[in-house]
Amino acid sequence: MAGRVVTPDSHAFPTRRYDLVKEFVTALVVMALLVVVFAAAVGSPDEKAITMKSWAANAPFDVVATATSELAGTSTTAGYGPPYNRASDGQALGPITLQKWFGVTHPVNAATDLVINPVSTLSDSATQAAVAQWKQASADQQSTWANNYANALGKVSDGDPAKVATGDYGPVPVIAAGELTLAKGGSLDGLLTTSSTFYGTDPTNALLLLADGSYMANIANAENLSGDQWGMMNESGHYPGQPWLWLYTFWYQIPPFSTSDNADVQVMALMMLLSLVFAFVPWIPGLNKIPHGLKLYRLVWRNWYAQHPEAVTATQTTPTRV
Amino acid sequence: MSAAEEQAGENRSWSSAVVRWVSGLVPRGQWLPDRQPGYVASWIYVFGVSALASLVLVIASGLVLTVGGVTWWHTSSLGHFVNSLHLWSVEFFFATMVIHLWGKFVMASWRGGRGLTWLTGAFSFFVSIGTAFTGYLIQTNFDSQWISTQAKDGLNSTGVGSQFNVMDFGQMVLYHVALLPLGVLVMVGLHVVLVRRRGVVPPFGAEPPAEAGVEAVSGSSEGGVK
Repeated sequence: MAGRVVTPDSHAFPTRRYDLVKEFVTALVVMALLVVVFAAAVGSPDEKAITMKSWAANAPFDVVATATSELAGTSTTAGYGPPYNRASDGQALGPITLQKWFGVTHPVNAATDLVINPVSTLSDSATQAAVAQWKQASADQQSTWANNYANALGKVSDGDPAKVATGDYGPVPVIAAGELTLAKGGSLDGLLTTSSTFYGTDPTNALLLLADGSYMANIANAENLSGDQWGMMNESGHYPGQPWLWLYTFWYQIPPFSTSDNADVQVMALMMLLSLVFAFVPWIPGLNKIPHGLKLYRLVWRNWYAQHPEAVTATQTTPTRV
Repeated sequence: MSAAEEQAGENRSWSSAVVRWVSGLVPRGQWLPDRQPGYVASWIYVFGVSALASLVLVIASGLVLTVGGVTWWHTSSLGHFVNSLHLWSVEFFFATMVIHLWGKFVMASWRGGRGLTWLTGAFSFFVSIGTAFTGYLIQTNFDSQWISTQAKDGLNSTGVGSQFNVMDFGQMVLYHVALLPLGVLVMVGLHVVLVRRRGVVPPFGAEPPAEAGVEAVSGSSEGGVK
Protein backbone atom coordinates (compact mmCIF):
# COMPACT_ATOMS: atom_id res chain seq x y z
CA MET A 1 0.00 0.00 0.00
CA ALA A 2 2.98 2.22 -0.65
CA GLY A 3 2.15 5.88 -0.98
CA ARG A 4 -1.16 5.49 0.79
CA VAL A 5 -1.04 6.71 4.35
CA VAL A 6 -3.87 5.88 6.65
CA THR A 7 -5.30 7.30 9.84
CA PRO A 8 -4.53 4.91 12.71
CA ASP A 9 -7.17 3.48 14.99
CA SER A 10 -7.68 5.85 17.91
CA HIS A 11 -7.98 2.93 20.30
CA ALA A 12 -4.35 2.01 19.68
CA PHE A 13 -2.97 5.19 21.28
CA PRO A 14 -1.83 5.55 24.88
CA THR A 15 -4.63 6.83 27.07
CA ARG A 16 -5.04 9.04 30.09
CA ARG A 17 -7.81 9.29 32.68
CA TYR A 18 -10.82 11.14 31.35
CA ASP A 19 -14.13 11.26 33.21
CA LEU A 20 -16.81 11.72 30.54
CA VAL A 21 -19.68 11.81 33.01
CA LYS A 22 -17.98 14.46 35.13
CA GLU A 23 -17.25 16.45 31.97
CA PHE A 24 -20.92 16.30 30.92
CA VAL A 25 -22.26 17.23 34.36
CA THR A 26 -19.81 20.12 34.60
CA ALA A 27 -20.84 21.33 31.13
CA LEU A 28 -24.51 21.03 32.10
CA VAL A 29 -24.02 23.11 35.24
CA VAL A 30 -21.97 25.77 33.44
CA MET A 31 -24.41 26.02 30.52
CA ALA A 32 -27.38 26.12 32.91
CA LEU A 33 -25.79 28.99 34.82
CA LEU A 34 -25.11 30.89 31.60
CA VAL A 35 -28.66 30.35 30.39
CA VAL A 36 -30.20 31.45 33.70
CA VAL A 37 -28.02 34.56 33.84
CA PHE A 38 -28.87 35.60 30.29
CA ALA A 39 -32.56 34.77 30.72
CA ALA A 40 -32.73 36.87 33.88
CA ALA A 41 -30.60 39.75 32.64
CA VAL A 42 -31.68 39.99 29.00
CA GLY A 43 -34.96 38.07 28.81
CA SER A 44 -36.70 37.43 25.51
CA PRO A 45 -38.72 39.58 23.10
CA ASP A 46 -42.50 39.43 23.09
CA GLU A 47 -43.98 42.15 20.94
CA LYS A 48 -47.73 41.71 20.84
CA ALA A 49 -49.25 40.24 17.71
CA ILE A 50 -51.02 42.64 15.37
CA THR A 51 -54.77 42.18 15.43
CA MET A 52 -57.10 43.32 12.69
CA LYS A 53 -58.55 45.67 15.29
CA SER A 54 -55.16 47.25 16.01
CA TRP A 55 -54.49 47.47 12.28
CA ALA A 56 -57.81 49.26 11.77
CA ALA A 57 -57.19 51.57 14.70
CA ASN A 58 -53.66 52.56 13.67
CA ALA A 59 -53.90 52.46 9.88
CA PRO A 60 -57.57 52.41 8.83
CA PHE A 61 -56.86 53.66 5.32
CA ASP A 62 -54.40 50.84 4.79
CA VAL A 63 -57.17 48.35 5.60
CA VAL A 64 -59.38 49.96 2.95
CA ALA A 65 -56.58 50.06 0.38
CA THR A 66 -55.68 46.44 1.06
CA ALA A 67 -59.28 45.25 0.74
CA THR A 68 -59.56 47.16 -2.52
CA SER A 69 -56.38 45.56 -3.86
CA GLU A 70 -57.79 42.12 -3.04
CA LEU A 71 -60.94 42.98 -5.00
CA ALA A 72 -58.88 44.41 -7.89
CA GLY A 73 -56.65 41.36 -8.04
CA THR A 74 -53.55 43.50 -7.56
CA SER A 75 -52.54 42.35 -4.06
CA THR A 76 -49.60 40.02 -3.52
CA THR A 77 -51.93 37.17 -2.62
CA ALA A 78 -54.22 37.73 -5.60
CA GLY A 79 -51.33 37.40 -8.05
CA TYR A 80 -49.24 34.94 -6.05
CA GLY A 81 -49.71 31.65 -7.89
CA PRO A 82 -49.23 28.25 -6.22
CA PRO A 83 -49.91 27.10 -3.58
CA TYR A 84 -52.75 29.65 -3.30
CA ASN A 85 -54.05 30.17 -6.84
CA ARG A 86 -53.11 30.01 -10.51
CA ALA A 87 -52.80 33.75 -11.11
CA SER A 88 -49.14 33.17 -11.99
CA ASP A 89 -46.63 30.33 -12.19
CA GLY A 90 -44.63 31.60 -9.25
CA GLN A 91 -40.84 31.61 -9.15
CA ALA A 92 -38.67 29.60 -11.48
CA LEU A 93 -35.11 28.33 -11.52
CA GLY A 94 -34.45 28.45 -15.22
CA PRO A 95 -36.81 25.90 -16.77
CA ILE A 96 -37.57 24.38 -13.37
CA THR A 97 -40.86 25.69 -11.98
CA LEU A 98 -41.17 23.79 -8.71
CA GLN A 99 -43.77 26.18 -7.36
CA LYS A 100 -46.04 25.47 -10.33
CA TRP A 101 -45.33 21.74 -10.35
CA PHE A 102 -46.46 21.25 -6.75
CA GLY A 103 -49.75 22.98 -7.58
CA VAL A 104 -52.45 24.72 -5.58
CA THR A 105 -52.76 23.02 -2.21
CA HIS A 106 -54.19 25.89 -0.17
CA PRO A 107 -56.67 27.54 -2.52
CA VAL A 108 -57.27 31.21 -1.81
CA ASN A 109 -59.52 33.44 -3.86
CA ALA A 110 -58.25 36.77 -2.58
CA ALA A 111 -61.40 38.77 -3.33
CA THR A 112 -63.88 36.16 -2.15
CA ASP A 113 -62.05 34.60 0.80
CA LEU A 114 -60.36 37.68 2.23
CA VAL A 115 -63.05 40.31 1.60
CA ILE A 116 -66.43 39.30 0.16
CA ASN A 117 -67.14 36.34 2.44
CA PRO A 118 -66.34 38.21 5.66
CA VAL A 119 -68.11 41.40 4.56
CA SER A 120 -71.21 39.46 3.53
CA THR A 121 -71.75 38.69 7.23
CA LEU A 122 -72.59 42.35 7.86
CA SER A 123 -76.36 42.65 8.00
CA ASP A 124 -76.93 46.29 7.10
CA SER A 125 -78.86 46.78 3.87
CA ALA A 126 -76.25 48.96 2.17
CA THR A 127 -73.53 46.35 2.58
CA GLN A 128 -75.88 43.50 1.61
CA ALA A 129 -76.84 45.39 -1.55
CA ALA A 130 -73.19 46.11 -2.36
CA VAL A 131 -72.20 42.47 -1.96
CA ALA A 132 -75.14 41.38 -4.11
CA GLN A 133 -74.19 43.90 -6.81
CA TRP A 134 -70.58 42.65 -6.72
CA LYS A 135 -71.59 39.01 -7.05
CA GLN A 136 -73.92 39.70 -9.98
CA ALA A 137 -71.33 41.69 -11.94
CA SER A 138 -68.99 40.17 -14.52
CA ALA A 139 -65.33 39.67 -13.68
CA ASP A 140 -64.38 42.49 -16.02
CA GLN A 141 -66.83 44.85 -14.38
CA GLN A 142 -65.58 43.88 -10.91
CA SER A 143 -62.00 44.52 -11.99
CA THR A 144 -62.89 47.91 -13.51
CA TRP A 145 -64.69 49.08 -10.37
CA ALA A 146 -61.97 47.91 -8.01
CA ASN A 147 -59.09 49.25 -10.09
CA ASN A 148 -60.83 52.60 -10.50
CA TYR A 149 -61.24 52.84 -6.75
CA ALA A 150 -57.67 51.70 -6.08
CA ASN A 151 -56.33 54.36 -8.44
CA ALA A 152 -58.54 57.01 -6.86
CA LEU A 153 -57.32 56.05 -3.37
CA GLY A 154 -53.77 56.26 -4.66
CA LYS A 155 -54.30 59.85 -5.71
CA VAL A 156 -55.25 60.90 -2.19
CA SER A 157 -52.09 61.77 -0.28
CA ASP A 158 -53.05 60.03 2.95
CA GLY A 159 -55.33 57.43 1.31
CA ASP A 160 -58.40 58.72 3.14
CA PRO A 161 -61.47 57.23 1.38
CA ALA A 162 -63.51 60.32 2.40
CA LYS A 163 -61.32 62.45 0.12
CA VAL A 164 -61.68 60.27 -2.97
CA ALA A 165 -63.22 61.99 -5.99
CA THR A 166 -66.47 60.59 -7.31
CA GLY A 167 -66.12 57.94 -9.99
CA ASP A 168 -67.23 54.59 -11.36
CA TYR A 169 -66.44 52.43 -8.33
CA GLY A 170 -69.66 50.37 -8.17
CA PRO A 171 -70.05 48.69 -4.75
CA VAL A 172 -66.31 48.64 -3.99
CA PRO A 173 -66.22 51.62 -1.55
CA VAL A 174 -69.03 50.12 0.51
CA ILE A 175 -67.43 46.67 0.55
CA ALA A 176 -64.00 48.06 1.47
CA ALA A 177 -65.61 50.14 4.21
CA GLY A 178 -67.35 46.98 5.39
CA GLU A 179 -63.96 45.25 5.73
CA LEU A 180 -62.81 48.19 7.87
CA THR A 181 -65.96 47.95 9.99
CA LEU A 182 -65.32 44.26 10.65
CA ALA A 183 -61.69 44.95 11.51
CA LYS A 184 -62.60 47.79 13.88
CA GLY A 185 -65.16 45.61 15.59
CA GLY A 186 -62.62 42.82 16.12
CA SER A 187 -64.53 40.15 14.23
CA LEU A 188 -62.43 40.01 11.05
CA ASP A 189 -59.71 37.83 12.59
CA GLY A 190 -62.25 35.19 13.56
CA LEU A 191 -64.09 35.35 10.24
CA LEU A 192 -60.84 34.66 8.42
CA THR A 193 -59.64 31.94 10.76
CA THR A 194 -62.55 30.09 12.31
CA SER A 195 -65.43 30.63 9.88
CA SER A 196 -65.30 27.03 8.71
CA THR A 197 -64.17 25.31 11.88
CA PHE A 198 -64.68 25.66 15.61
CA TYR A 199 -60.99 25.05 16.34
CA GLY A 200 -59.17 27.73 14.40
CA THR A 201 -55.54 26.69 14.31
CA ASP A 202 -54.77 27.87 10.77
CA PRO A 203 -54.59 31.67 10.44
CA THR A 204 -53.15 31.49 6.92
CA ASN A 205 -55.82 33.68 5.34
CA ALA A 206 -55.63 36.29 8.08
CA LEU A 207 -51.86 36.43 7.75
CA LEU A 208 -52.07 36.71 3.96
CA LEU A 209 -54.42 39.69 4.30
CA LEU A 210 -52.19 41.30 6.91
CA ALA A 211 -49.10 40.77 4.75
CA ASP A 212 -50.84 42.31 1.74
CA GLY A 213 -51.15 45.59 3.63
CA SER A 214 -48.38 48.05 4.45
CA TYR A 215 -48.94 48.27 8.19
CA MET A 216 -47.05 45.16 9.26
CA ALA A 217 -44.21 45.79 6.79
CA ASN A 218 -43.79 49.33 8.10
CA ILE A 219 -43.43 48.07 11.65
CA ALA A 220 -40.97 45.42 10.52
CA ASN A 221 -38.94 47.97 8.59
CA ALA A 222 -38.70 50.20 11.62
CA GLU A 223 -37.32 47.23 13.55
CA ASN A 224 -34.78 46.19 10.88
CA LEU A 225 -36.65 42.99 10.14
CA SER A 226 -37.02 43.31 6.36
CA GLY A 227 -35.19 41.04 3.98
CA ASP A 228 -32.87 43.78 2.72
CA GLN A 229 -32.00 44.63 6.33
CA TRP A 230 -30.65 41.15 7.10
CA GLY A 231 -34.02 40.71 8.76
CA MET A 232 -34.09 36.95 8.34
CA MET A 233 -31.61 36.59 11.19
CA ASN A 234 -33.07 39.37 13.34
CA GLU A 235 -35.99 39.51 15.70
CA SER A 236 -37.77 42.42 17.32
CA GLY A 237 -35.85 44.30 19.98
CA HIS A 238 -32.18 43.90 20.79
CA TYR A 239 -32.01 40.13 20.78
CA PRO A 240 -29.71 37.82 18.86
CA GLY A 241 -32.41 36.26 16.67
CA GLN A 242 -31.15 33.50 14.40
CA PRO A 243 -27.49 34.36 13.67
CA TRP A 244 -27.00 30.86 12.25
CA LEU A 245 -28.97 32.05 9.21
CA TRP A 246 -26.34 34.70 8.34
CA LEU A 247 -25.23 33.01 5.14
CA TYR A 248 -28.81 32.44 3.98
CA THR A 249 -29.76 36.10 4.40
CA PHE A 250 -26.37 37.28 3.07
CA TRP A 251 -27.26 36.25 -0.49
CA TYR A 252 -30.35 38.49 -0.45
CA GLN A 253 -28.10 41.52 0.07
CA ILE A 254 -26.01 41.13 -3.10
CA PRO A 255 -26.66 40.93 -6.86
CA PRO A 256 -27.90 39.04 -8.71
CA PHE A 257 -30.20 37.88 -5.91
CA SER A 258 -30.99 41.35 -4.55
CA THR A 259 -32.46 42.36 -7.91
CA SER A 260 -33.93 39.05 -9.05
CA ASP A 261 -37.63 38.24 -9.31
CA ASN A 262 -36.69 34.65 -8.56
CA ALA A 263 -34.41 35.41 -5.62
CA ASP A 264 -36.18 33.07 -3.19
CA VAL A 265 -35.81 29.93 -5.26
CA GLN A 266 -32.30 30.92 -6.38
CA VAL A 267 -31.09 31.44 -2.81
CA MET A 268 -32.83 28.25 -1.70
CA ALA A 269 -31.11 26.28 -4.46
CA LEU A 270 -27.73 27.81 -3.67
CA MET A 271 -28.08 27.08 0.04
CA MET A 272 -29.17 23.51 -0.71
CA LEU A 273 -26.06 23.04 -2.85
CA LEU A 274 -23.77 24.57 -0.23
CA SER A 275 -25.38 22.47 2.49
CA LEU A 276 -24.79 19.28 0.52
CA VAL A 277 -21.17 20.28 -0.08
CA PHE A 278 -20.79 20.95 3.64
CA ALA A 279 -22.35 17.61 4.60
CA PHE A 280 -20.36 15.59 2.08
CA VAL A 281 -17.04 17.45 2.36
CA PRO A 282 -15.25 14.31 3.62
CA TRP A 283 -15.78 12.70 0.22
CA ILE A 284 -15.05 15.73 -1.98
CA PRO A 285 -11.46 15.66 -3.27
CA GLY A 286 -9.66 18.90 -2.70
CA LEU A 287 -12.11 20.27 -0.18
CA ASN A 288 -11.31 17.47 2.25
CA LYS A 289 -7.64 18.55 2.09
CA ILE A 290 -8.37 22.12 3.21
CA PRO A 291 -7.88 21.46 6.95
CA HIS A 292 -4.42 20.04 6.32
CA GLY A 293 -3.53 23.10 4.27
CA LEU A 294 -4.86 25.52 6.86
CA LYS A 295 -2.76 23.89 9.58
CA LEU A 296 -5.05 25.25 12.28
CA TYR A 297 -5.09 21.73 13.72
CA ARG A 298 -1.63 22.51 15.10
CA LEU A 299 -3.27 24.95 17.48
CA VAL A 300 -5.76 22.34 18.63
CA TRP A 301 -3.08 19.72 19.28
CA ARG A 302 -0.18 22.08 20.03
CA ASN A 303 0.62 20.44 23.38
CA TRP A 304 0.58 16.98 21.88
CA TYR A 305 2.73 18.03 18.93
CA ALA A 306 5.22 19.64 21.34
CA GLN A 307 5.68 16.20 22.87
CA HIS A 308 5.66 14.40 19.51
CA PRO A 309 7.88 16.36 17.09
CA GLU A 310 8.11 13.29 14.85
CA ALA A 311 4.40 13.72 14.07
CA VAL A 312 4.98 17.29 12.95
CA THR A 313 7.74 16.07 10.68
CA ALA A 314 5.41 13.40 9.29
CA THR A 315 2.81 16.01 8.34
CA GLN A 316 5.49 17.99 6.49
CA THR A 317 7.34 15.21 4.69
CA THR A 318 4.63 12.80 3.64
CA PRO A 319 2.87 14.22 0.60
CA THR A 320 -0.10 11.91 0.82
CA ARG A 321 -0.59 12.66 4.49
CA VAL A 322 -3.15 15.37 3.96
CA MET B 1 -33.15 -31.49 19.68
CA SER B 2 -29.53 -31.66 20.77
CA ALA B 3 -27.91 -28.99 22.91
CA ALA B 4 -25.81 -27.88 19.95
CA GLU B 5 -28.90 -27.53 17.75
CA GLU B 6 -30.69 -25.62 20.49
CA GLN B 7 -27.69 -23.32 20.87
CA ALA B 8 -27.60 -22.76 17.11
CA GLY B 9 -31.31 -21.95 17.15
CA GLU B 10 -30.80 -19.39 19.88
CA ASN B 11 -28.00 -17.78 17.91
CA ARG B 12 -30.31 -17.46 14.90
CA SER B 13 -33.13 -15.86 16.88
CA TRP B 14 -34.11 -12.29 16.13
CA SER B 15 -33.56 -11.35 19.75
CA SER B 16 -29.98 -12.58 19.87
CA ALA B 17 -29.33 -10.91 16.51
CA VAL B 18 -30.49 -7.58 17.95
CA VAL B 19 -28.32 -8.11 21.04
CA ARG B 20 -25.30 -8.85 18.86
CA TRP B 21 -25.99 -5.81 16.71
CA VAL B 22 -26.36 -3.46 19.66
CA SER B 23 -23.31 -4.81 21.48
CA GLY B 24 -21.28 -4.54 18.27
CA LEU B 25 -22.13 -0.89 17.64
CA VAL B 26 -19.33 0.23 19.89
CA PRO B 27 -16.12 -1.66 20.78
CA ARG B 28 -16.19 -3.36 24.16
CA GLY B 29 -15.59 -0.84 26.94
CA GLN B 30 -16.04 2.20 24.72
CA TRP B 31 -19.65 3.18 25.52
CA LEU B 32 -18.55 5.19 28.51
CA PRO B 33 -14.78 4.76 28.91
CA ASP B 34 -12.89 6.30 31.81
CA ARG B 35 -9.83 6.85 29.64
CA GLN B 36 -9.23 8.73 26.38
CA PRO B 37 -6.24 8.91 24.02
CA GLY B 38 -3.55 11.27 25.27
CA TYR B 39 -4.08 13.70 22.41
CA VAL B 40 -7.62 14.46 23.59
CA ALA B 41 -6.45 17.53 25.47
CA SER B 42 -7.72 20.83 24.13
CA TRP B 43 -10.41 23.35 24.93
CA ILE B 44 -12.00 22.63 21.58
CA TYR B 45 -13.27 19.29 22.91
CA VAL B 46 -15.38 21.15 25.46
CA PHE B 47 -17.77 22.50 22.85
CA GLY B 48 -19.18 19.16 21.73
CA VAL B 49 -20.23 18.21 25.24
CA SER B 50 -21.41 21.80 25.85
CA ALA B 51 -23.70 21.52 22.83
CA LEU B 52 -25.09 18.28 24.24
CA ALA B 53 -25.62 19.94 27.63
CA SER B 54 -27.36 22.88 25.95
CA LEU B 55 -29.62 20.48 24.07
CA VAL B 56 -30.69 18.98 27.40
CA LEU B 57 -31.56 22.50 28.60
CA VAL B 58 -33.44 23.26 25.37
CA ILE B 59 -35.57 20.15 25.81
CA ALA B 60 -36.12 20.70 29.53
CA SER B 61 -37.22 24.33 29.12
CA GLY B 62 -39.35 23.39 26.12
CA LEU B 63 -41.12 20.71 28.12
CA VAL B 64 -41.95 23.23 30.84
CA LEU B 65 -43.40 25.54 28.19
CA THR B 66 -45.59 22.71 26.88
CA VAL B 67 -47.10 22.32 30.36
CA GLY B 68 -48.33 25.90 30.29
CA GLY B 69 -49.47 25.85 26.67
CA VAL B 70 -48.52 27.92 23.65
CA THR B 71 -49.75 31.29 24.94
CA TRP B 72 -48.97 30.85 28.64
CA TRP B 73 -45.74 32.82 28.44
CA HIS B 74 -47.57 35.97 27.28
CA THR B 75 -49.59 36.26 30.46
CA SER B 76 -47.30 34.82 33.13
CA SER B 77 -44.01 36.30 34.32
CA LEU B 78 -42.87 32.78 35.17
CA GLY B 79 -43.88 31.68 31.69
CA HIS B 80 -41.92 34.53 30.15
CA PHE B 81 -38.85 33.59 32.19
CA VAL B 82 -39.14 29.98 31.05
CA ASN B 83 -39.44 31.24 27.49
CA SER B 84 -36.26 33.25 28.03
CA LEU B 85 -34.54 30.12 29.32
CA HIS B 86 -35.68 28.31 26.19
CA LEU B 87 -34.45 31.10 23.92
CA TRP B 88 -31.02 31.37 25.53
CA SER B 89 -30.50 27.63 25.74
CA VAL B 90 -31.17 27.54 21.99
CA GLU B 91 -28.72 30.39 21.39
CA PHE B 92 -26.01 28.65 23.41
CA PHE B 93 -26.83 25.33 21.77
CA PHE B 94 -26.16 26.82 18.34
CA ALA B 95 -23.12 28.79 19.49
CA THR B 96 -21.42 25.75 20.99
CA MET B 97 -22.49 23.52 18.10
CA VAL B 98 -21.04 25.88 15.50
CA ILE B 99 -17.73 26.18 17.39
CA HIS B 100 -17.68 22.39 17.74
CA LEU B 101 -18.35 22.11 14.01
CA TRP B 102 -15.52 24.42 12.96
CA GLY B 103 -13.21 22.75 15.44
CA LYS B 104 -13.96 19.40 13.87
CA PHE B 105 -13.46 20.88 10.42
CA VAL B 106 -9.95 22.17 11.14
CA MET B 107 -9.12 18.76 12.62
CA ALA B 108 -10.54 17.00 9.53
CA SER B 109 -12.36 14.80 11.96
CA TRP B 110 -13.82 12.68 9.19
CA ARG B 111 -10.49 10.88 8.77
CA GLY B 112 -10.15 7.22 9.63
CA GLY B 113 -13.61 6.10 8.53
CA ARG B 114 -15.41 8.88 10.39
CA GLY B 115 -17.29 10.27 7.38
CA LEU B 116 -20.65 9.19 8.76
CA THR B 117 -19.82 10.86 12.07
CA TRP B 118 -19.32 14.15 10.23
CA LEU B 119 -22.44 13.57 8.12
CA THR B 120 -24.69 12.93 11.13
CA GLY B 121 -23.23 16.01 12.81
CA ALA B 122 -24.01 18.10 9.75
CA PHE B 123 -27.56 16.80 9.60
CA SER B 124 -27.96 17.43 13.33
CA PHE B 125 -27.15 21.06 12.53
CA PHE B 126 -29.60 21.21 9.62
CA VAL B 127 -32.49 19.64 11.54
CA SER B 128 -31.75 21.90 14.49
CA ILE B 129 -32.09 24.94 12.23
CA GLY B 130 -35.51 23.69 11.10
CA THR B 131 -36.57 23.05 14.66
CA ALA B 132 -35.50 26.49 15.84
CA PHE B 133 -37.20 28.08 12.85
CA THR B 134 -40.56 26.49 13.70
CA GLY B 135 -40.10 27.72 17.25
CA TYR B 136 -40.01 31.28 15.98
CA LEU B 137 -43.22 30.59 14.03
CA ILE B 138 -45.25 29.49 17.05
CA GLN B 139 -44.50 32.34 19.42
CA THR B 140 -47.99 33.76 18.74
CA ASN B 141 -46.63 37.31 18.68
CA PHE B 142 -45.50 39.87 16.11
CA ASP B 143 -42.27 38.01 15.35
CA SER B 144 -44.13 34.87 14.39
CA GLN B 145 -46.53 36.87 12.20
CA TRP B 146 -43.69 38.58 10.36
CA ILE B 147 -41.37 35.58 10.09
CA SER B 148 -44.10 33.27 8.81
CA THR B 149 -45.37 35.68 6.17
CA GLN B 150 -41.81 36.30 4.94
CA ALA B 151 -40.59 32.72 5.11
CA LYS B 152 -43.52 31.41 3.13
CA ASP B 153 -42.07 32.86 -0.08
CA GLY B 154 -38.82 30.91 0.14
CA LEU B 155 -40.56 27.65 0.92
CA ASN B 156 -43.34 28.18 -1.63
CA SER B 157 -40.77 28.89 -4.34
CA THR B 158 -39.38 25.36 -3.96
CA GLY B 159 -42.77 23.67 -3.72
CA VAL B 160 -42.12 22.73 -0.08
CA GLY B 161 -44.75 25.25 0.96
CA SER B 162 -47.41 23.15 -0.72
CA GLN B 163 -47.16 20.71 2.19
CA PHE B 164 -45.31 22.65 4.87
CA ASN B 165 -47.37 25.78 5.51
CA VAL B 166 -45.42 28.06 7.82
CA MET B 167 -48.53 30.17 8.42
CA ASP B 168 -50.52 27.15 9.65
CA PHE B 169 -49.97 27.57 13.37
CA GLY B 170 -51.40 24.15 14.27
CA GLN B 171 -49.11 22.35 11.84
CA MET B 172 -46.05 24.28 12.99
CA VAL B 173 -46.71 23.57 16.67
CA LEU B 174 -46.71 19.86 16.00
CA TYR B 175 -43.59 20.07 13.86
CA HIS B 176 -41.83 22.03 16.58
CA VAL B 177 -42.71 19.87 19.57
CA ALA B 178 -42.78 16.43 17.95
CA LEU B 179 -41.44 15.73 14.46
CA LEU B 180 -38.39 17.96 14.30
CA PRO B 181 -37.12 17.43 17.88
CA LEU B 182 -37.39 13.71 17.21
CA GLY B 183 -35.24 14.26 14.13
CA VAL B 184 -32.67 16.19 16.17
CA LEU B 185 -32.54 13.48 18.83
CA VAL B 186 -32.15 10.72 16.25
CA MET B 187 -29.35 12.54 14.42
CA VAL B 188 -27.54 13.54 17.61
CA GLY B 189 -27.98 10.00 18.97
CA LEU B 190 -26.45 8.48 15.84
CA HIS B 191 -23.66 11.05 15.98
CA VAL B 192 -22.77 10.21 19.57
CA VAL B 193 -22.86 6.45 18.90
CA LEU B 194 -20.54 6.92 15.93
CA VAL B 195 -18.17 9.03 18.03
CA ARG B 196 -18.01 6.25 20.61
CA ARG B 197 -17.67 3.62 17.87
CA ARG B 198 -14.72 5.19 16.08
CA GLY B 199 -13.16 7.12 18.93
CA VAL B 200 -11.66 10.60 18.70
CA VAL B 201 -9.69 11.26 15.52
CA PRO B 202 -5.90 11.25 16.05
CA PRO B 203 -3.77 14.26 15.09
CA PHE B 204 -2.35 14.48 11.59
CA GLY B 205 0.87 12.50 11.38
CA ALA B 206 0.24 10.59 14.61
CA GLU B 207 1.13 6.93 14.92
CA PRO B 208 0.43 4.71 17.94
CA PRO B 209 3.71 3.79 19.70
CA ALA B 210 3.67 0.10 18.81
CA GLU B 211 3.26 0.90 15.15
CA ALA B 212 5.38 4.00 14.82
CA GLY B 213 7.39 3.78 11.64
CA VAL B 214 4.91 1.39 10.05
CA GLU B 215 3.43 3.08 7.02
CA ALA B 216 -0.03 1.61 6.79
CA VAL B 217 -2.03 0.19 9.62
CA SER B 218 -5.77 0.35 9.63
CA GLY B 219 -8.57 2.79 8.98
CA SER B 220 -8.67 4.79 5.78
CA SER B 221 -6.60 7.32 3.91
CA GLU B 222 -6.11 10.61 5.64
CA GLY B 223 -7.92 13.57 4.26
CA GLY B 224 -10.60 11.51 2.61
CA VAL B 225 -12.66 8.62 3.86
CA LYS B 226 -13.26 5.16 2.56
